Amino acid sequence: MLSTLLVQLLTGLSGASSLFLVSAGLTVIFGVTRVVNFSHGSLYMLGAYTGWSILSRLPREPLPFILGVLLTVAALALLGALLERLLLRRIYAAPELLQLLFTFGVVLVVQDATQAIWGPNDLPLPRGRWLRSFVEIGDARVPLYDLILIAIGPAVLAALWLLLTRTRWGTLIRAATQDREMVAALGVDQKRLFTSVFALGAGLAGLAGALSLPDGSANLQMDLSIITDAFVVVVVGGLGSVPGAFLASILIGVLQAFGIVVLPQATLVLVFVIMAAVLVVRPNGLLGRPQAIRENPASTTLIRPAEPALRWLGLAALILAAAAPLFVGPFLLSVLTEMAVAMLFAAALHFMMGPGGMASFGHAAWFGLGAYAAALAVKGLALPMTAGLLIAPLLAGTAAALFGWFVVRLSGVYLAMLTLAFAQIVWAVMFQAVDLTGGDNGILGVWPAQWATDRLVFYWLTLALCTAATLVLRTILYAPFGYALRGARDSELRAAAIGLDATRLRHAAFTIAGAAAGLAGSLAAFSKGSVFPGFIAISRSVDALLMVLLGGVQSMAGPIVGAIAYTGLFDLLLLATDQWRAVLGLSIIVLVLAFPQGIAGTAHRLWLRGKEA
Amino acid sequence: MKTLAVTALSRSFGGVRAVDGVSFAVAPGEMLALIGPNGAGKSTCFNLLNGQLRPDTGTVHLGGRDITGLSPRRIARHGVGRTFQITATFASMTARENVQLALLAHHRQIWRFLRPAPQHHAREADALLAQVGMAEQADRAAAILAYGDLKRLELAIALAAAPRLLLMDEPTAGMAPAERTALMALTRDLANQRQMAVLFTEHDMDVVFGIADRILVLDRGRLVAEGTPETIRANPAVRAIYLGTGATTGGH
Repeated sequence: MLSTLLVQLLTGLSGASSLFLVSAGLTVIFGVTRVVNFSHGSLYMLGAYTGWSILSRLPREPLPFILGVLLTVAALALLGALLERLLLRRIYAAPELLQLLFTFGVVLVVQDATQAIWGPNDLPLPRGRWLRSFVEIGDARVPLYDLILIAIGPAVLAALWLLLTRTRWGTLIRAATQDREMVAALGVDQKRLFTSVFALGAGLAGLAGALSLPDGSANLQMDLSIITDAFVVVVVGGLGSVPGAFLASILIGVLQAFGIVVLPQATLVLVFVIMAAVLVVRPNGLLGRPQAIRENPASTTLIRPAEPALRWLGLAALILAAAAPLFVGPFLLSVLTEMAVAMLFAAALHFMMGPGGMASFGHAAWFGLGAYAAALAVKGLALPMTAGLLIAPLLAGTAAALFGWFVVRLSGVYLAMLTLAFAQIVWAVMFQAVDLTGGDNGILGVWPAQWATDRLVFYWLTLALCTAATLVLRTILYAPFGYALRGARDSELRAAAIGLDATRLRHAAFTIAGAAAGLAGSLAAFSKGSVFPGFIAISRSVDALLMVLLGGVQSMAGPIVGAIAYTGLFDLLLLATDQWRAVLGLSIIVLVLAFPQGIAGTAHRLWLRGKEA
Repeated sequence: MKTLAVTALSRSFGGVRAVDGVSFAVAPGEMLALIGPNGAGKSTCFNLLNGQLRPDTGTVHLGGRDITGLSPRRIARHGVGRTFQITATFASMTARENVQLALLAHHRQIWRFLRPAPQHHAREADALLAQVGMAEQADRAAAILAYGDLKRLELAIALAAAPRLLLMDEPTAGMAPAERTALMALTRDLANQRQMAVLFTEHDMDVVFGIADRILVLDRGRLVAEGTPETIRANPAVRAIYLGTGATTGGH
């Protein structure tokens, strides 16, 4: 028994080591540049692939292995520096959300590029004898490589600590983490500092990637799976804190190792519960510093109900949409159905993101929960479709209310990272709970009720429900609740001074947005006839973000226009190319570079030029 | 009864006693100025009253009710209005909507989801804006108002809750001299009309001595003088603090 515990503990610690390597890079980069680098997971993945290419050509002895790993680190550090100089440097002044979106664009491009270079198959590394050997501790046999990994974590922590406290460069990094403007004012060459910090972080990610090879393989899923864990670690440890990242990695790593033995189904949920518990007690993470309260500078645009011209245009579009089935074919009809669902999904995200001021990076969680709830209601409980459509928003709303309870106490990137992590956990739960959800195979045969099986009828039903729900959201935004929510976003200070409870308002908005996304998800489920974990994937959350940002955060019409434009363009893209990830990623990168203050923000300014707001 | 009664209020930061056993009271309709050199503890004292900070010891009573250590939101609910050193208004709304939202909050009508907010309390909001001379600006966005107008808008927002006490942190900071006098004269009238107590900190001594009924002087966390403008002007301890004889502010 004792030896089993020991083995699990050591497994956990070795997992914690590689988690720490990735998180340390992420947190140092954030500390200095204030960019949450989504593509850090891509660097880890590239480290694994590069490491594979180097190590599989070298003799399988310890010394060549070390050499190969060091070469990989150097290659990745160089790549990181290039990435910073060519791309990231240009977005330091952009809003946080756009930075996150931008680096996600890099993730997409790297995914397609990696597949093009190394192919779609997993690449396992042939292991030398020494990599397969065991060490006897008591009556337990522990893989030698686990012990090596366990030693590397603290060794890297010590090296980083020496680097940060004993060198001039390290002093500059720490100074920049505390006060970037002051460091610039003292005449430090910021550009070189940023590039070098990025190289350091990328090198660490590369190290972790290469070191992951003996226990696994280089594969195309590793970027997103590691980045979710790294986000959790960095948030729990405190953004910008390397020792915090170390503590949190051990906490999460050990927890995962034991969770798999004790409660395999609940491990992910457990990780989330721990994260929640830490953040409730210490909102800035274990060793993080409080972030300064930012009065929202982006919200200076006056919000007005749509002008009459726009209302007539909307009504005309609605009539056109309702009449469309009479003159379009089945393919266009399915695109139109998709557009209606996307409209509600985007409007739900806009609800919390625009007036609520909470940028969610995991809105697909509610969409997916709604879809699964509806599917399980009709398939598992044999309920009618109408019940499914009712249960979906209720369940998604309830889940959002539970999760929202502590998320709304955070703000900015913390909130974005947490919503993302939560969506990933929901995704993983749906993926793993094979008995209930069919895992990767999904739930099939989720068809509408008898009376709605006709594509035409179902389209009208979808259009009616989505339009109605979007109008309800709009009504709420112009009602006293919506104004109070927006007030709390405009000025926390003033909101408290007139007696508004910002936390409660945001919590309610979060819940409503979750419920609305759940309804959209259930409609998507019935329209596709099936539900897959893909309903909750990060890319779906990003879809919604792009729709809102394309259309504009500052008006209710924005997400609607954005959803229609984005769905149309995306379907065209899918028809035109297999490399949709690369094209989409490049489009995101170009769009953010061209409009660093937001696509809608720029358009809005052009529109208002010459008029008084 | 006094509107605000503060007893033996103290707060330390590390070893520094930023506010040290301060007691005072404000009567309805009275304007009380809180002055002192930089670092005297004015801001800390203010933040102890508005809920931004919790006192180590001492009590704050509003109209006889203990409000010590409550959050800013709860203190607002008990009838304390505020204006800020750097104005804080709702930038995405018009001036009228700013006041309407404050009225909705005051009447506890925030949790309504149907009728548009601009259809609530419009006349009352316009009346309040008229009181502060902002009637003509009612439809303009708060984001584009001139700074002096923002200050007056803040006043109208604060008045929406019919406060018993108004806390004004450096109300005339950043304003031209002529505007300063006008704003404080307006506040004076409002205090008289509504029998509203006003406590303010201020750097401009012309404003302080021209408007305040009474003045409190803080130095290094302690209350060193209290009285009418005339008595404060004549007080040697105050002169020493501001002019620096070397006897009281010299070496340590």
